[in-house]
This record gives sequence, structure tokens and C-alpha cells, in this order.
Amino acid sequence: MTETTTSSALPEKLAGATPEVIARPIRGLSDKAIAWFFIGPTILLLLAINIFPLIWTIWLSFTNYRANRPNAEVKMVGLDWYHRILGDGDVWLAMQTTAHFVVWTIIIETVLGFGLAWLIDKKFRGHGLWTTVILIPMMLSPAVVGNFWTFLYQPQSGLFNYVVGFLTGIDPSSFQMLGSVRLSPWAIVIVDAWMWTPYVMLICLAGLRSIPDYIYEAAEVDRASPWRQFWSITLPMALPFIMLAVLFRGIENFKMFDMVNLLTGGGPGSTTEVVSITLKRQAFESWRTGYSSALAIILFVTVFGLANIYVKALNRVKQR
Amino acid sequence: MSGLSQAHSVVAPSTATRRIAGAIVIVYALVTLIPLLWIIATSFKTPPDSIAYPPKIVFTPSLEGYVNLFTTRTRQSPEMLAQLPPPTTWYDKLVRSRNMVIAGPSNVIPRFVNSIIIAFGSTFLAVFLGTLAAYGFSRFRVPLKDDLLFFILSTRMMPPIAVAIPIYLMYREIGLTDTKLGMILLYTAVNVSLAVWLLKGFIDEIPREYEEAAMIDGYTRLQAFRKAVLPQAATGIAATAIFCLIFAWNEYAFAVLLTSGNAQTMPPFIPFIIGEGGQDWPAVAAATTLFVIPILVFTILLRKHLLRGITFGAVRK
Amino acid sequence: MKKLLTIASAIGTAALLAGAATGEARAADKQITLCWAAWDPANALVELSKDFTKETGIGMKFEFVPWTSYADRFLNELNSHGKLCDLIIGDSQWVGGSAENGHYVKLNDFFDKEKISMDDFVKATVVGYSEWPKNTPNYWALPAMADAVGWTYRKDWFARPELQKEFKEKYGRDLAPPKTYDELKQIAEFFQGRDIDGKKVYGAYIFTERGSEGITMGVTNVLYDYGFQYDDPAKPYHMEGFVNSPEAVKGLEFYKELYTCCTAPGMTNAYMSEGLDAFKSGQVAMQMNWFAFFPGLYKDPNVGGDKIGFFPNPAGPDGHFTQLGGQGISVVAYSDNQPEALEYIKWFAQPAVQQKWWELGGYSAMKSVVEAPGFAASAPFAPDFLASMNMVKDFWAEPSYAQLMQAMQKRVSDYVVADQGTAKEALDGLVKDWTTVFEDEGKM
Repeated sequence: MTETTTSSALPEKLAGATPEVIARPIRGLSDKAIAWFFIGPTILLLLAINIFPLIWTIWLSFTNYRANRPNAEVKMVGLDWYHRILGDGDVWLAMQTTAHFVVWTIIIETVLGFGLAWLIDKKFRGHGLWTTVILIPMMLSPAVVGNFWTFLYQPQSGLFNYVVGFLTGIDPSSFQMLGSVRLSPWAIVIVDAWMWTPYVMLICLAGLRSIPDYIYEAAEVDRASPWRQFWSITLPMALPFIMLAVLFRGIENFKMFDMVNLLTGGGPGSTTEVVSITLKRQAFESWRTGYSSALAIILFVTVFGLANIYVKALNRVKQR
Repeated sequence: MSGLSQAHSVVAPSTATRRIAGAIVIVYALVTLIPLLWIIATSFKTPPDSIAYPPKIVFTPSLEGYVNLFTTRTRQSPEMLAQLPPPTTWYDKLVRSRNMVIAGPSNVIPRFVNSIIIAFGSTFLAVFLGTLAAYGFSRFRVPLKDDLLFFILSTRMMPPIAVAIPIYLMYREIGLTDTKLGMILLYTAVNVSLAVWLLKGFIDEIPREYEEAAMIDGYTRLQAFRKAVLPQAATGIAATAIFCLIFAWNEYAFAVLLTSGNAQTMPPFIPFIIGEGGQDWPAVAAATTLFVIPILVFTILLRKHLLRGITFGAVRK
Repeated sequence: MKKLLTIASAIGTAALLAGAATGEARAADKQITLCWAAWDPANALVELSKDFTKETGIGMKFEFVPWTSYADRFLNELNSHGKLCDLIIGDSQWVGGSAENGHYVKLNDFFDKEKISMDDFVKATVVGYSEWPKNTPNYWALPAMADAVGWTYRKDWFARPELQKEFKEKYGRDLAPPKTYDELKQIAEFFQGRDIDGKKVYGAYIFTERGSEGITMGVTNVLYDYGFQYDDPAKPYHMEGFVNSPEAVKGLEFYKELYTCCTAPGMTNAYMSEGLDAFKSGQVAMQMNWFAFFPGLYKDPNVGGDKIGFFPNPAGPDGHFTQLGGQGISVVAYSDNQPEALEYIKWFAQPAVQQKWWELGGYSAMKSVVEAPGFAASAPFAPDFLASMNMVKDFWAEPSYAQLMQAMQKRVSDYVVADQGTAKEALDGLVKDWTTVFEDEGKM
């Protein structure tokens, strides 16, 4: 399609379509007015549903307010909650659990995801169809996924235990993926990897496809071994994409709530209590609104730090 | 991004490499499909079959899971059952064979309707607002543009539980707790950031010449937007809408904290489906199956735009 | 894609309109919603309530939530001032918070007007479910469902001559329902890992659930018997030396021993429904659970009837108590349908309805029902139920109940299930947690 045909055809098509009466009053609007008229509602909505609540949270974090005691007197407590949280062993434990979860899921998903992308990039017959099939898990609801994996993890009748038992000869009722202190963190990592490896794969695939063929052709002329080509061309050139995937997964899994809540609810004991679960317990079960607001703000700041890096990385990838 | 993918010439992988790569990928794909297929199969099992050991791969299909999903039932003593008139429908019969009678419909249909209303309502609003804002950001010089765009994106970075604390208090004050309107507004706010970023990318790709030509021919900016830009952006808008729809459809954290019944959607409801003992797995599986089918359809429709959606438009194939 | 867009926006608009419309106007026909937990008695209540609709023309809707989400879900609903529930059958421990925060309608005037007397109900249930502050005539609920922890056992296994003989040789007494926790543990050890009819079985099933209230509702049965007390009777809220007394430490250690020696594998996060599954599938010899489930278990085609027996919570070295369960029915203060909701309570408080409630599988708390001459004989678990209701103790019913519960869940679960620290450390930690709660409340 060329510009000339479009620009001449368009007005003809539209000529009768717009009644003059409606068009008139709007004609007066300047571009600047239109810009604000277009962007304004979105900003207003976000101010009402994101920014105003955020400011409220900051205020709450300095008070002893409790959402289940609306009639109680609200006292300012200063920085007490921040003080308590930073000195609270349970919160640090939850942070460690979260870090463990984030690090391991990223390692596994990146290795598997990149490997798959590398294989798919070989363009075997039907790779498009199979790519779509692989992508299915990541489109599902994490909550629903968590719920049905508890079924697969049932010690006696669950498919997962049965398959593991079948392959290794271990009695399928002798281990509990969700109930054992040792295994439950891995049970969560497995489900997360099942669900999100396709995500990393998809981004890595875009990275691999962005490498122009002539670079490989040049390497071929120089008789670089496939091994060398991989390390000096494929990996470095796909790296920004891998980084992007890692950052996306890092932020998402730092916030992880749905899946863990339905798989283990933080148990057994507190072995899988990631920080979102702690926050939920403090805010909506113990109703310590002030305390949990302070924790929420601490998480905001952490995520904002990550988000900053993330947007910078986004821009770097975009510039390529 | 260059995005030019020519056929590999010198460096094309050999047939053997391709076959091996294909085999590994296909095996991976099939293995990861098993959990989902297992759930769909479980929805057609009877409760004893669903927890049988060893797990049953071959079984007599039954609709008991679906019947249990849509009804509430009470257990009765054999003497009481004997006094009742014989069952009239196939599902009555099925329930009666378990020494139970149907007490009434379950809450699943209202919950499904809630999911549909909230997902479509919030998607419509988010895409509407998002298209306008994206056009504004794409075509006009907006002061602090980059900051505003970052601000819009960053709202999506917050942990949902943290956002839910003040929203809970706010909705309590203005009476939006457990209302569909409240959930639609909340999901709109979350989705609009995705919509703006995605649509800005799509609109950036539409040459400005289209509108300029239209405006030279006497159209106002708004008319040019409506008649020249929107039709060109239709595919992008549809893809964005599906992404918003999937988010709202799948969302759990806000739903579980801010709704209890009148506006409760499927994700927090599905784990609540229990039988006499623990979870009634065939019924849960039936609900999961019905819930997941639309997602599968959307995934296939969206497959070309998935990459763009999950990276907020950063990576375009 | 373009067609899809048109369709989608059409549906979207329709959805928005529908959302806005249903948000406001409620249908004119009278209908009230009752909220409770999803379990056998709730289904019996659905059946019972059909009579109410027949008599008054008021429709009944129900919202039942699984026990593990029940407190979470409905306390959230009450705190959010939601209008979902007109009537709520709320847990006994909620009454303090719900009374002080105005979630429930105070029922004194209504009881006076309708001539409903709390003297007609079992004393423990009135104190447990209705009164706040405790032991004062301020009523926030009508006792609806009396309940306590009890035990079921496999009568058919206990009766087997070869097992009887083997047990007698080993322990020098008959294999019979245990009277004390030591006896219970011996029996559990006796059955643990045993092969019965070609199937491996386990000794006992006990509560271990972490998320809501499970492990607390289990461990307290042992703790009370071992001398655990919530606070100094002379000095309210002073817990040092009562919660973490040496006796209480022994009790907690006992619960862990029982958990380690004699439960089925996989019971690391188990509450009511897991217990029912374990018992119904013939996996365990003895099961701790709420009396509420016993009518259903007795009717079970596989393990019910002659195969099942019941016994009350065994005694310990320092007493004989059991954990109170059960709920009262309250009118939600945010409801738009309070007159209809009160009408339901008035109907429910009639002796004839209460009698039918018991017959359908609910546990009436009305004296005229449970003290009737035929009551003890009306079901095999009825005598144990009466005995149990005379020795109940309850968890804190304070307004800060949820926080107190969360603390105990964590401390006990970390020690018993996750095997961290000692019993003494767990209870010392609990004293610390609870003290902080009461200090924040200004009660200490």
C-alpha cells in the first residue's frame, strides 16, 4: 500500500459519513485541548484508584489504625511500625523465603526457557503450532492453577506423586510435596516453572530471531565452531532479551500471592510464607492496618526500585 | 528492532538437528499439557474414580462432576429416600444413586455471570480510556510525557495486596465493597496501564500521514482520529482488549479480598467448591474446565500478539 | 479480529449497564441471605428452612464457605460493612469483636418482645455464642448450633477378637475407647502401620491445619487437660506461667508426640474435611472431629452404622475438658432486611423447629430438645455430646480474636508440624505475641 492511494481514497470514502453539525463545535478544539481531553480521564482514574489510596496508605502507616476497629481512637505512632518491621525476624524470614523462590524460579525458567527457544529457533516443521501449545499454561489463572495443582500433589492419589513414584520406584504415599517442610518450597517452584517457562521462552525466542543471519554467515566464513558461535554471537545478542524476561519474572514473583496462597497458604508452618502472604495475614486476618500499611510501603519502595531498573532495561532493548 | 527474518542460508540447521530439536520441543509441550488434560479428564470422573489409586487413565465417563457443580445436595437416609417419588430427570437419578437429593441450584451460575460482567465491563472501559490516552501520548507533545508513561506503568508494579488495603477502606466508605461496579473500576485502573502502553505502540506504527492527509482534506483532528486512525488500529485494539479480558478473567487477589458474594468472580469461588468431605474434585475440575475454555480460545486468537502483550509492547515481533 | 472487536465492545457495554443496574436496585420480592460454613449441618439447614419459606413467603438464599476460609471470608465481609449476609451464623469467638464494632444487632429488646428466653438454652452455649461481655445479659446471637470436639473410632476393628487379645497381652487392659490421653496414645500406637483387611492403617487423626484455626482447635483439647489456662483467673490478661506453665509445655509436647507417632502421612495441613476423608476411606482407627459431623458419619454407607463408635475428648493429668465449637445466629447490622432476618430468628427459636433441627442433623442448643427424656437414646453420639457440652472451654472471644488466633496458629504449627524449636519456646513466644496484642489494645 502506498501513501498516495490512501490519502486520496480516504476522504472520498469519508465525505458523506460525518454530518457537519456534529463536526462544527469540535473543530474549535486545539490539539493541546484534545491531548488533555484524551489523556485526562486515564490520569484521573489512576489518581483516584492508585495515587489517592497510596497517599492514604502512607498516612495509615504512621497510625495505630485497625480496619476491624473503626470506632477506636486513632493515634499517631510515628515510625514505630517501620522500626518494628525492620526488626521483625518473621518479616525477614518471609523476605528470605521470597528471595529463595524468586532466585530459583528465575534460574530454572531461564535455563529451560532459553533452551526451548533455541530449539524452536531451529524451525522444525510445525514449530508454530507447538509454540502455541507450550504457551497455554501461562495464560491460565494462577489461582486456578494453584488450586488444581494441589490435586496433582495429593500424596496418595495425586498424579504427580504417582508419576514420580512410577519413575523412581519410591512409594507415592511416602512423600508430600505440599506437606513436607523440605519439599514444599520446591513444590511451588515446580508449579511456577511449569506456568512461566513459556513466558521466558517467548521473549528469548524474540531475542534469537532478532539476530541477523549475516552475522552467522560471517562467522561461518571465519570458520568459527558452532560452540564459539553460540557463546560469542547467540548468547550476547540475545542477552538483553533474557535480562528483560528475568526482570519481568523477578518483579512478578516478588509480588507472588495467588498461586502460593492456594497451594500451601504459606505452610507447613511458615516454610513457604512469602512476603505477600505475610502482608495478607497482617492486613486481612490480624487486621493490623497500620503495621501492614508500613509493610506495604516498604514493599512499594522495593518494587519501585526494581521497576526503575526494569524501565531502563526496557528502553535499552527498545533502542536496538 | 530489525525484525527482518530471512531464511537461513549458509547457517540453516541440518535436517537431523531440526528433527531432534522438534522431538524435544514436542515432548516438552506434551508433558506440560498433561496437568491440564488431567483436570479436564477428572471433570468427567466420578468422585471415587477421581481419587482412586493408582490414578485411573481409563474410566467410564460420568457427568456427576458437572451435576455436582451446578447443584447443592443433601444426604438422606435410605428410609427417607424410599418415601420419595422416583427421580424424573437423569441428574436426579444420578444424585439419588449416591443417597442424596438435590436441594437447589448452586451459586456457580451467578459467579460465572459476575466474571463475565466484570471482565467485559472493565475491558471495555480500559480499552476505551487506553485508546484515547495512547493516541494522546503518541501524537501530541505532552509535558512530562515520559514521567507520565512511567507513572502509568508503575501502578501495575504494586503488589495487589498492598493496593487492596486502602481500596478496601475506600470502598467501605463509599459503599462499593462487593459490588460489580467497584470491581469494574478497579480492574479498569489496573488494565488501563497495559492498554496505554500496548496501544501507544500500535498507534505509533500507524503513519501520521493518514491523519494529516485527512486533515488537509478538511477533517478535524477528532474526525481524523475516528475515521483514519481507529480503523487502522482495530487489530491492535482487539489484541489489547483480549489481554485486558484475560487479566480480569484470571484475577484473584483483589477478588478474594474485596468481594464475598454479590460480585464474587470464578477464581476465588472455584476453591470453595466442596463436597461432603474435602474439595469435590470432579466438580472443581468441571468448574476449572468451563473457566479455562475461553482462555484457550483467546490464546489461539492472540498467538501473534502474545509477545507484545506480555512485555507491555516493549518487544514487537 | 475486527468483528471480534465489535462483538466485544457490544458485550462490554451491555456488561457495564448490567453491572450498574444490579449494583443498585434489589428485586422487590423478599429474600434474605444466610451465611455459614459449608458442611453437613448447613445442608440440613437448607432443608429445614424450606418450612420457613412456606410459612412466611420469605425466600432464603445461602452463602456457605469452606471452614478453612470461613473466618477469613466473613470477618472480612463484616469489617467491610458488606450487605451480602442478612443473617450470619458466626463463630463463637467472633462475638466480642462483632458486638464492640457494631457488626451484629443487639437482640435483647427483640428477645423481650418475642418472649424468647435465654434460660431455655444450654448455659454453656449462651455464654459461648451469645454473650458479650461474657457472663452478662447482653445478647448478640441466638444459640444455633451447639458443638464441641469429640472422637470417632472404628468399633468393628476394636471388636476383633485377635486384636482384643493382642492388645490385652501388650497393655494389660481391654481394647476399648480411651478414657485418658495416655490410653489414646497407646491405642493409636497399637494401630499405627497395622495391616487391616490388606490395607495399611494409622492410629489417630488430629487437627494440624495452619491457615485458619485448625491446629489450635486441636491442640487446645490436650492443653486444657494438661493444665493450660489462658490467663491468671485473679489477674485478667496476665498469661506468664499460665499459657506457658510446665504442665502446658508437657501438653504441647504430647500433641507433637501424638502427631509424630500415630498419624497418617500427609496430614500436615489437615482439618475437618481431611479427617472425614481419612476416616471414611478406612485409613485411621480414631478421629478427632466436631460433633457436627457425627450424624453424617453415622449415615455413611462404608464406615457408618455398626462400624462406628464415639467417645468424648479423653482426660489428661490436670483435668477433663474439650474445645467448644458451635455458633450462634446473628442479624447483621448492615443488612437492609433486618425485619425479615429477625422473623427468621423468631421462627428458628420455636421448640418444634429446634426438635426438627436435631432430627435433620443439626445440634440444637435448646434445653427442651437436649434434656428431653428420649434425647440420649435418639442417636449413639447423643450421650457423649451431652457430656462434652458440660466440659467445654473456648478460645479467646476478644475483639482481637483473629490476631490472637493467628499467633497461636503460627507458634503451634511451627513447633508441631514444621519441627522448629521446643514446646517451651513456642509457648513463651505465644505469651509474648499475646501480650503485644493486649498491650496494643490497651488492656494491659
